[in-house]
Amino acid sequence: MTISHAVLTTGLLLMLIGIWGILTQRNILRIIIGFALMGTGSHIVIVAVGYVANGTAPIIDDALPLSEAAARAVDPVPSALAVTAIVIGLAVTAVMLAFAIRLYGAKKTLSIDAFADSKW
Amino acid sequence: MMRRAAAAVLLLALGAIFATVALDFRERTALPPLAEAYVEMVPRELGAPNVITGILLSYRAFDTIGEVAVLFMVAAGIGLLLGPGRKPEDPALDESEPEPSTEIVRNGADIMVPLIALFAVYIVLHGHLGPGGGFQGGAVVASCVLLMLLARPDYRVRLAQLSVAESLAGVFIVLAGMAGLVFAGGFLDSRVLPLGEFGTLFSAGAIPVLSVLLGTKVGCELSVIIERFRA
Repeated sequence: MTISHAVLTTGLLLMLIGIWGILTQRNILRIIIGFALMGTGSHIVIVAVGYVANGTAPIIDDALPLSEAAARAVDPVPSALAVTAIVIGLAVTAVMLAFAIRLYGAKKTLSIDAFADSKW
Repeated sequence: MMRRAAAAVLLLALGAIFATVALDFRERTALPPLAEAYVEMVPRELGAPNVITGILLSYRAFDTIGEVAVLFMVAAGIGLLLGPGRKPEDPALDESEPEPSTEIVRNGADIMVPLIALFAVYIVLHGHLGPGGGFQGGAVVASCVLLMLLARPDYRVRLAQLSVAESLAGVFIVLAGMAGLVFAGGFLDSRVLPLGEFGTLFSAGAIPVLSVLLGTKVGCELSVIIERFRA
C-alpha cells in the first residue's frame, strides 16, 4: 500500500458515492452534490495516477535543481489536466444550479419526481 | 423498488471495475517520456520554474483559451437562465429587503476582503514561480466577491465594467497569441518577451503577462456568475 494507492482508492470511492447520489437521491440539489462529488473523485484519481514514487512537485528551485528534476518530479501532465477538469466541473455545477433555480421557480419544489412530464 | 435494484446492480458493477483498477494499479517509478520532456524543456526553453504553468500557458495555451471560452459560455448561459428580463416568479420574495448579515460576517469581511484580494494578486503574479496562476488567482478574486455579497447583501457588482475588463483581457490574450505567431515559434509562444533571470518575478517571457490577463478574465467571469445567482 503506497501513497498513490491510498489516494487512488479515495478518489474511486468518492466517484462511487457521487454516482450513488445521482442514481438514488430525489432532491435536485442532492443530485448536483452527487455530480460534484463524482467530479472531485475523478480529479483525485487523475492526480494519483500522475504520482511517481518519492516524487515532489515539478517546480524547479533550490529544493529541486534542474539536474535532478527528471528523476524526482511527479508527472506534470495530469496536474495540468486536473486544472482543466476543475474549471469544467465548476462550469457544469454552475449551469446545473441555475437550472435548479429555474425548475424550483416553475414547480415550487426541488423533487425530481415532480418533473416527470416530458414535453419534448 | 425496481429503480433501486437497478441502481444497486449498476453500483456493484462499477465498484467491481473500480476495485480491479485500484488493485492492478502500480505506482510509477519513473516519468513517462512526455512528462520527462516537459520537465526538462519548460525551465530551459521557457524559463519558468513551475512546469505546470509552463504547460498550461505555453505548450497547451490553446487549450487554456478554449477553457476560458467555456467559462464565458457558462457566464452567458447563466445570464440567459437567471439574468434580467426574466419576470420575477415570486414577487413577495423579490420585494422583501435582503436580510442583513450578522456582525461577525460583516467585520470578518472588512478584515478579510483586502487580504484575500492581495493574496489573489500574489497568486496570479507568482504563477510561473510557485503553485498558482491565472485560473487559481481568478477563483480567489471570485471568493472575495462572494464574501462581499454574503456580508453586504446590498453590494452590487458592476456588471458593465466587469464585462469591459473581461473583453479587454480576452482581446489581449489573443493579441499576445498573435504576437507569438509573428515574433516567436507559434500561436501563444511565450518567448516573445525576453526570458530574464531564471526564478525572478519578471522572467519566463510572456507567461506572467498571460497569467495576469487570464486571472482578470477568469475573476470577472466567475464574479459575473456569482452575481447572477444572487437574483
